[in-house]
Amino acid sequence: MADHEQGNQSKDPLQPLVGPATSAYLQIKKIFQLFLLPVFITFFILFGIWLLLSGRFDLFHISLGVISCMIISFYSCDLLFSQPVNRRIPLVWFRFIKYIPWLLYQIFLANIHVMRLVLHPQMMELIDPKIITFKSRLKSDMSLVTFANSITLTPGTITVYVSVYGDFRVHIIDQASGQALPGEMEERIARAFGE
Amino acid sequence: MMDVIAVILLFCGLFFFTGGAVGIIRFPDFYSRLHPAGKLDTAGLLMAMAGMALHTIHDLSMSSLFTGFKILLIVVFVFITSPTATHAIIDAGVRAGLRPWTKKEKEEHP
Amino acid sequence: MNSIFLYASIYLCLVMAFSLYRAVAGPTVLDRLIGVNAIGSKTTALLVLIGLMYKRVDMFVDIALAYAMLNFIAVLAASRYFQKKKGLYDEADRR
Repeated sequence: MADHEQGNQSKDPLQPLVGPATSAYLQIKKIFQLFLLPVFITFFILFGIWLLLSGRFDLFHISLGVISCMIISFYSCDLLFSQPVNRRIPLVWFRFIKYIPWLLYQIFLANIHVMRLVLHPQMMELIDPKIITFKSRLKSDMSLVTFANSITLTPGTITVYVSVYGDFRVHIIDQASGQALPGEMEERIARAFGE
Repeated sequence: MMDVIAVILLFCGLFFFTGGAVGIIRFPDFYSRLHPAGKLDTAGLLMAMAGMALHTIHDLSMSSLFTGFKILLIVVFVFITSPTATHAIIDAGVRAGLRPWTKKEKEEHP
Repeated sequence: MNSIFLYASIYLCLVMAFSLYRAVAGPTVLDRLIGVNAIGSKTTALLVLIGLMYKRVDMFVDIALAYAMLNFIAVLAASRYFQKKKGLYDEADRR
């Protein structure tokens, strides 16, 4: 939620200093969006994790955390945000959190299915492993990665290969788990990422 | 009451762990062994860790709440990294040229 | 409560022995890697159980988190290393 505050601040404090539409203002805003904003967001995420993991709130530990988080976020913020930050990120996070309970329910159902398959006495007749291919309509990198990881998390299906254009190769263990594949999950991810 | 739920969750997790281990032994080839190994273990870890976190936070002090939250952080971490590790292993298998086991192949040379 | 955790961890060790069979007798290197990965993810749960038994969960949770990270990095590095080897398929044939 720290990124939401930063997104609002990028407009307000700079406007009285330089005129609204001058080239200097635009340049400062561009620098801010390209470099400073990712550094700040990365710093707040890392510092939250530091506070959670250390669990001590005296001056010495917190100052150590601030120094190390600043160094790390300065050098490696481009790992977390490879594209420029836009305004829609809090909305995407909110919709992504709404997607998680459905994913957990789906993982639970599929786990029961694979458990039945594992403990079945005639397992060799039931399973039918093969590799299927299909084409997805998702475009952005983040949604493709989320879709591939969701496929791998639901048991019975493993993503073998994903191309940038959305070609998937998936290894399935029996016919039932591969049937519903590019259906509802893709639709929900597309809705979560706004595509 | 809370302890009973924690123990039930812990036993569910152990049941999933058992399924994963049996599946690793019983399945015929490397690709299909990845199915129980990567993900029944993940689900078992989720349930066992949820039970243990519930047992940890039952006295509701500040430090125990922190510890329970850290246990859940392990679960989040495993849910992000386990698909990546599974994908790395299956990618290594594909690039080395291992053919997946199918039913027809079994009928050709039993 | 303590004895429940004790029996649960003994049972977990037994399950780990099952996975160890695949890690020792697997036909290819990648089968062994799967066995090692399964043992590692069970060890994460076992460490937290040990912490609950000794009433020092706050210390053992950090060890479990570090172990989960180490397991992930080890599996990733080993699979990246073995994908260069072309001899995996021969090893499966020789069986």
